[in-house]
Amino acid sequence: MNIFACIKQVPDTTTRIKLRGDGNGIDEADIQWIISPHDELAIEEALRLREQRPDSTVTVLSAGPERVTDSLRMALAMGADSAVRLDLPGDADSGMSARALAAAIGKLGEADIVFTGKEAIDDGAAAVGQALAVSLGMPCVTVVNGIDYGDGAITCRRDVGGGNVEIIETSLPAVVAAQVGLNEPRYATALNIIRAKKKPIDTLSADELGVTEANRKTRLKNFELPPPKQPCQIIEGTPADQAKELIRVLAEGIQAI
Amino acid sequence: MKILIIAEHKNGQLSEATQELFGLPLGQAEVHAVVAGESVESLAGPLGQLGADKVHLIESPALASGTGESLGQALGQFIPQLALDVVLAAHSAQGKDLAPRLAAALDAALATDCIQVSCDGDKVTARRPVYAGKATAEVEFTDDGLKVITVRPRTVKPPEPDAARSASVASVVVELLAQKTGLKEIIAGGNERPDVTEASIIVTGGRSLGSAENFSIIEDFADSIGAAVGSSRAAVDAGYRPYRDQVGQTGKVVSPQVYIACGVSGAIQHLAGMRTSKHIVAINTDPDAPIFQLADYGIVGDLFEVVPQLTEAAKNRNGS
Ligand SMILES: Cc1cc2nc3c(=O)[nH]c(=O)nc-3n(C[C@H](O)[C@H](O)[C@H](O)COP(=O)(O)OP(=O)(O)OC[C@H]3O[C@@H](n4cnc5c(N)ncnc54)[C@H](O)[C@@H]3O)c2cc1C
Ligand SMILES: Nc1ncnc2c1ncn2[C@@H]1O[C@H](COP(=O)(O)O)[C@@H](O)[C@H]1O
Repeated sequence: MNIFACIKQVPDTTTRIKLRGDGNGIDEADIQWIISPHDELAIEEALRLREQRPDSTVTVLSAGPERVTDSLRMALAMGADSAVRLDLPGDADSGMSARALAAAIGKLGEADIVFTGKEAIDDGAAAVGQALAVSLGMPCVTVVNGIDYGDGAITCRRDVGGGNVEIIETSLPAVVAAQVGLNEPRYATALNIIRAKKKPIDTLSADELGVTEANRKTRLKNFELPPPKQPCQIIEGTPADQAKELIRVLAEGIQAI
Repeated sequence: MKILIIAEHKNGQLSEATQELFGLPLGQAEVHAVVAGESVESLAGPLGQLGADKVHLIESPALASGTGESLGQALGQFIPQLALDVVLAAHSAQGKDLAPRLAAALDAALATDCIQVSCDGDKVTARRPVYAGKATAEVEFTDDGLKVITVRPRTVKPPEPDAARSASVASVVVELLAQKTGLKEIIAGGNERPDVTEASIIVTGGRSLGSAENFSIIEDFADSIGAAVGSSRAAVDAGYRPYRDQVGQTGKVVSPQVYIACGVSGAIQHLAGMRTSKHIVAINTDPDAPIFQLADYGIVGDLFEVVPQLTEAAKNRNGS
């Protein structure tokens, strides 16, 4: 099988976000970059599927500037067969990213299945998987936390809120967006991380992918940090007094109950 | 300006998040709504009372429990007939899945999970959280083409229905092609409490609850104020709560009116899921727990003493 996993490089959750001087983005100077957590599930699922199906290959794709090469190397260290960077600006919108990913998959061979994360934790858009599927003319199943692999078709469990679960069957090829619960991503061993340093990473240019700034439909600007928090009001007294006062605040102060 | 609201419904009722969309500042826009499924004509009245000028009914049993594929196909056929400027949907489980499909199929601009949307004359503005709520950013639309926008539930209040208003109603016929995806089954979660992503109040418990049974004190308090029960990942990993309750970076992202964290330390990955809550309350034995830096109200104390008292106090207030 021809298996693809799409990964986005994002700032680590623990990174403090600082805005750029012009307010139209963040200052990338001290950022620690990681593979978006749900995308690690996408890589893991691709690797597990390869283990079940002999003669399969796992190709990992990431659209972004030069820095995303590090995340692609991490995916190689986890066990992917090859990794390709799609040379797009870091602030490409979801339409541009989806278009580039679809073009790359078209160039690299007929995909049997494409894994993405349910959402990237930087923009939290939860959009690129579905858009990619539309471009590829493939069906797409989102927020998937379990897959049964059949012949030419898969059955997915998806999380639809309220604890409700949908069981969806889809023909292959398809795009599947991974949710926590699908698997436990493996760690890359130190040895494999060193080995991956020497592996080649191909680059496809925006030109080759047919994506230009003219495809951009949105741009994020005027970033704002949340206003500084007022210090926490500590409610004192016996537990009974504290409880009464908090319920009073909820009922009368903020009228929430 | 012409706007289409995609109306979600269940058991013959419009979803709360759909009703909220009518509460956005939409200026003088002409507001259309579309509703797909079985026996949907009964929803035209409520949609008109909320502010729809025209309601389009796609009566189709196949769409009643439709997949994203079938709904996307139906709306993708219908939307181009309207010469719209904006399509609005809730950033709900359904809206999230559907909107990007529509935007891609219609070659439209997409802005998901917005927390501010307004339309004024022919200008549309939108703002959305980025980096898990550590910042927000305005979405600039680079051309005048169609915009597909999803709005985070609980961003605005739904308007009071105006009994004197009504919408004109039109039937729409779509032709569903062969589907590649099929819904086999829906397994109901059996959750009687509201879901964390839909609740206006959430009471969350952490690892310190110590067992699944002990969560009953969190449940009792939640029930006394009509809240959902949330959980930290540590409590999920320990098997005290199901994954569906997990709030945080790898769980659900929520922004209720009130978030009450009981025995939750406030790790950055937890904050990533609840930072944008309107009012945050923390109950923790450790006055230096990071959660107090984000909280508006705090009780330094033992949750096993404080939470049952809260349940008492809430019940007394309700007079029961
Ligand atoms: C990649 C990654 C993703 C993650 N995703 C998530 C996520 O989605 N959601 C999430 O929640 N976490 C997530 N985590 C885990 C996170 O880092 C924390 O470990 C977790 O949130 C801690 O849960 P906790 O607050 O319940 O437990 P602890 O950190 O152990 O805190 C317990 C708190 O309870 C207090 N306490 C103890 N006894 C009492 C008492 N009797 N009364 C009152 N207070 C008491 C303590 O003072 C302490 O502050 C993630 C971590 C990683 C690395
Ligand atoms: N630049 C990118 N490169 C590769 N994959 C991406 C990129 N952006 C998004 N994706 C994939 O699409 C998923 C959803 O991303 P998003 O729509 O940004 O929330 C991610 O989890 C990735 O799997």
